[in-house]
Amino acid sequence: MSVHKIKYKKEEEALGKALDSQLFRRLLSYFKPYKLQIAFATILTITISALAAVRPRLTPIAIDDKIANKDLPGLQIIIIILLGTLVLQGAIQYIMAYLTSWIGQKIIYDLRKKVFEHTINLNLKFFDNNPIGRLVTRVTNDIEVLYEVFSSGLVTAFGDIFTIIWILYFMFTLDWKLSLVTLSVLPILVYATSVFRKNVRSSYARIRILVAKMNSYIQEHITGISIVQLFVREKKTVEEFEKINRDHTEENKKSIFYYAVFFPVVELLGAVAVGLIIWYGGGQVFSSYISVGVIISFIQFTEMFFRPIRDLSEKYNILQTAMASSERIFDLLDRKSPVVDPEYPVPAKDVKGNIDFKNVWFAYNEEDFVLKNVSFCIKEGERIAFVGATGAGKSTIINLLCRFYDVTKGSITVENTDIRNFNQQDLRSNIAIVLQDVFLFSGDIKSNIDLGNDLISNATIDESVRNTGLDDFINSLPEGISHKVNERGSTLSVGQKQLISFARALAYNPKILILDEATSSVDTETELLIQEAIKKLIEGRTSIIIAHRLSTIQSCDKIIVLHKGEIKEMGTHQQLLENQGLYYKLYQLQYKEEFKNA
Amino acid sequence: MRDLIPLFPYLKKYKSKIFLGFLFVSVSIFLQSLYPLVIGNAIDDLISKANEELLFKYALLSVGIILTGGFFLFLTRRTIIVASREIENDLRNDFFAHLQKLPKNFYNEKTTGDLMAHATNDINNVRNFLGPGIMYSVQTVLRTIITLIILFSINAEIAVIALVPLPFISYLVYSVMKRTYGRSMKVQEAFSAMTTKVQENFAGIRVIKSYVREKFEIEQFNKISADYQKKNLALARMQAYSFPMMFLLTGLSIIIVIYFGGMKVINGTFTVGNIAEFVVYLGQLTFPMIAFGWVISLVQRAAPAMKRISTIMTTEPGIKDAGKSGINLTAESIRGEIELRKVSFRYPKTEIDILRKVDLKIPAGSTLGIIGYTGSGKSTLINLIPRVFDVTEGEILIDGADIRKISLNELRKSIGIVPQESFLFSDTIANNIAYTGEISEERITDVSKKAGLYKDVNLFPEKFRTILGERGITLSGGQKQRTSIARAIYKEPKILILDDSLSAVDTSTEAEILKELKEVMKGRTSIIISHRISTLQNADNIIVLDGGIIKEQGAHNDLIKLEGIYYNIYMKQLLEEEIKEI
Ligand SMILES: Nc1ncnc2c1ncn2[C@@H]1O[C@H](COP(=O)(O)OP(=O)(O)OP(=O)(O)O)[C@@H](O)[C@H]1O
Ligand SMILES: Nc1ncnc2c1ncn2[C@@H]1O[C@H](COP(=O)(O)OP(=O)(O)OP(=O)(O)O)[C@@H](O)[C@H]1O
Ligand SMILES: [Mg+2]
Ligand SMILES: [Mg+2]
Repeated sequence: MSVHKIKYKKEEEALGKALDSQLFRRLLSYFKPYKLQIAFATILTITISALAAVRPRLTPIAIDDKIANKDLPGLQIIIIILLGTLVLQGAIQYIMAYLTSWIGQKIIYDLRKKVFEHTINLNLKFFDNNPIGRLVTRVTNDIEVLYEVFSSGLVTAFGDIFTIIWILYFMFTLDWKLSLVTLSVLPILVYATSVFRKNVRSSYARIRILVAKMNSYIQEHITGISIVQLFVREKKTVEEFEKINRDHTEENKKSIFYYAVFFPVVELLGAVAVGLIIWYGGGQVFSSYISVGVIISFIQFTEMFFRPIRDLSEKYNILQTAMASSERIFDLLDRKSPVVDPEYPVPAKDVKGNIDFKNVWFAYNEEDFVLKNVSFCIKEGERIAFVGATGAGKSTIINLLCRFYDVTKGSITVENTDIRNFNQQDLRSNIAIVLQDVFLFSGDIKSNIDLGNDLISNATIDESVRNTGLDDFINSLPEGISHKVNERGSTLSVGQKQLISFARALAYNPKILILDEATSSVDTETELLIQEAIKKLIEGRTSIIIAHRLSTIQSCDKIIVLHKGEIKEMGTHQQLLENQGLYYKLYQLQYKEEFKNA
Repeated sequence: MRDLIPLFPYLKKYKSKIFLGFLFVSVSIFLQSLYPLVIGNAIDDLISKANEELLFKYALLSVGIILTGGFFLFLTRRTIIVASREIENDLRNDFFAHLQKLPKNFYNEKTTGDLMAHATNDINNVRNFLGPGIMYSVQTVLRTIITLIILFSINAEIAVIALVPLPFISYLVYSVMKRTYGRSMKVQEAFSAMTTKVQENFAGIRVIKSYVREKFEIEQFNKISADYQKKNLALARMQAYSFPMMFLLTGLSIIIVIYFGGMKVINGTFTVGNIAEFVVYLGQLTFPMIAFGWVISLVQRAAPAMKRISTIMTTEPGIKDAGKSGINLTAESIRGEIELRKVSFRYPKTEIDILRKVDLKIPAGSTLGIIGYTGSGKSTLINLIPRVFDVTEGEILIDGADIRKISLNELRKSIGIVPQESFLFSDTIANNIAYTGEISEERITDVSKKAGLYKDVNLFPEKFRTILGERGITLSGGQKQRTSIARAIYKEPKILILDDSLSAVDTSTEAEILKELKEVMKGRTSIIISHRISTLQNADNIIVLDGGIIKEQGAHNDLIKLEGIYYNIYMKQLLEEEIKEI
């Protein structure tokens, strides 16, 4: 299990102890916009129970009065009334079922919107530490689980509680002594319920963790299926999966046990209550303190009393899952992004590309500094290159400039304004990056270039396609630029993907262009073509280039050599060569390697 | 319902458990239906004030009945529900195991979101049907039968009349069910679409943030989410019928009994008491009917779910494994001579041959370099060797044997591949490197030194125990590639394939790795794809791919002399350096 999984587990367990009522109140707050509909649904529930009571009351009238008195017309009238109430009841029930679903769906939609919006706006650090599969579950399945609570669940639960109170009232007004005798089983019931609840709760907590584990395992081994197969690990993988799956099943079987014991116990307590009524109440009948009618009513009441309790416990299953889900959802909603927008942001319209790093220190994890005291400045319209061994921190500098993460110490300014004073989105809208890790969305080539931005014209797209040498490939496709792109672009060659993501950056026509190993998987000819094409494009525009192939960066205005997170050298190609330092060594090596056979 | 047939073999495995469950449930229902009789008798005795002593016995008896009934209910849950969990377990294992067998082509067409939905939601729906679904339907059916028997024994004629609405209601139920099925399929599809969308958005979060597309994506998501809501409401409109329908049946029956029974009473052939009894027993049918409606909704969810699962489970693996019947070559005995004979390849559902009649011989122990334009088919070619795809035409031989006749496992065990795009698991670096075999710290160190990774990892506080993010997200680009190289070398394969595996590595590290690799490649056949001549120039043979055809072939010097494509690339790379030099 990975570190963040362990951390997660701890959080999850701690959460389990959070107050249910607090959680519940928060859940309830989502009902607020639908107060009217809920009030209406409640009225309908009450109407239904009233109507349900009408029929049993009419039945004895029909039988005792009309039939016994051979009053056929009277019987017919009652039959018509009976039919009428039945149809009415059906209609109301239909409306009610639809209305509760409607309420549920609306709330779910609202909540989902909120969770998605919140998550997508969290910063990258959060995404580094949380498996995507788990986040997807929050937005999809976890919210889905709440549907039952938000729809029929709450209204019927209200109904159940209402019924219980109503019955208690009738019992006590009928005969309080017999009521007390009947309810003497109640403490045992309360005790049994609390034992059940406690066990089921902890069992659910464990199941939850196992489900999460299982899902991430499936997810990861679906996305990494090629590796599994190429390394002939299918058997091992299946074995590992079976182990997780087994744990999950066993834990579930344990919770079955609790249910299997609990429900019969509730029934039994009900039977004991009835037994008490017959034994004690019956005795009273013999001493003529109570009528038989009261006994019959009490027996009926007991049954009516225990059914909602049984129902409520059955719903406890749903409720429990819902609570667990909402805990997780609220936990996500409570996550604050450590990278926040300022209250009064400086408008970022006039960004020209003057960038200043001042004594920047940065660590992804606590004290493990990846950048150490990095200072440099870039002037508007300059072309800057970063070179350095892999893992030196080049991509990290880009991450900081875009404010994907905040610096640990020091500051970054753009146009002399600390970037923490801009809105993140305003800042980024001035920048376009070709990321080192190429990512394509499913859709088509066009939508991957413009990312759905209507402001980018077809002409712009065509031009950026041409400038990245993609036109030959696209013209060879039957659907051209509408060629379908699968998840992560799985049916394109790696170079083609990189070119598409390059075209994307060009199409966005940014003030600051960042190329992080943007042509590493592209053939030489295309690479040169692009270099030629963008020469004009990037003139007068600030651009930052990261490349391992020194040939691509020699003409830059400034080359910054990074080594283990520190800036070692800075200057033009010529200056750095004359310096005879790190860059010189790198250059020598590459030059020698490349041409020793020439 | 037909969609649920593939479940039979699974049920069969637990037939004794399920049979026992049926038995237990029957006993408990039988006992429970005795309960009203006991209470009825007790009340009769109370009315006639027979014997006070008996009361205690009645009380004990009713508790006893429920106790035994409850015990059997306990046993039912311990059998049927447990069996359903076991079947869920088997089904999920089989599903996952089958996924492991399916080829790349399958995954290119499916989205991860869909497959996840099958493995989680769909299987859950099937299990819900198997456990609670079966348990409640048995209960319902038994209760109904017992009640019907009682009704018929009271008065068969009235009983028949009372059941007149049944066929109509059944038809109604059927047609509602049919429509619900279609709609719930649509709901599931919309759910999948939503999952896929979320999945992609979170996976591509860096791009979305870089290009400030949050607002747009949120809008898109809300549209999909609204569509999902619409589909759900359409389903709810249908499902809302099921509740009223269920008690319509008992309600109508009761009214019919009162009316026709009433007329009979007026005619004198029926007593008032009979009607009362009918009303009570028909009333008892209400609950089973509601349960019945619930079972139906479980089936409605399970059937399409099972259909989706079976569709995948019956998908042929596509790459046929010769297994043991094939040629007797093992990962140990393979020497590593590779030959392509007139190999053509075309991806499914496309119209262009990516490789065209490629002939190529790679002697055992030699090194082949491949260079070529973006999209010229380099990765495709090397993917044919471990049979990620099978050739469309022609054949590929290893040590003279058609690879389709070699056991797939042995074939793949003999090949170590570093894919063009690194994929790492969210596990420790050590586990990622020692992916194929036993973990040996010594070998991990050795291998990671060769891949030029050792120094980097040593700087991490947790060293090789460092846990990676998903897909290795917490490593730099070059670190990922080198981990991936280390993993391939750890396998000690006879054939080593590097697909542009040094593209994210700086020059000096690359030089070091290449030097180390020279050692590693001794005695192994290796194939190196690169865009950089410097990476390839020492290969025994280099091919230049262009549009799926080998345009040039030979050692570095031969190709230079040829003054063709290779020479051109070479000159360009050289020129670049020289111009800048001045
Ligand atoms: N999200 C992250 N969480 C934790 N550590 C990270 C993360 N991203 C990068 N690192 C670590 O920070 C260091 C610098 O990484 P960075 O990606 O900036 O290197 P780079 O110079 O771009 O290298 P390359 O040339 O290989 O792409 C590496 O040691 C890497 O393992
Ligand atoms: N699964 C697939 N389905 C359909 N077409 C595909 C599929 N995979 C690749 N292609 C197409 O086949 C061609 C060759 O792709 P391949 O990945 O072999 O190229 P490559 O030579 O490795 O290129 P690169 O240098 O960019 O890695 C490309 O045009 C690509 O779009
Ligand atoms: Mg990088
Ligand atoms: Mg490739």
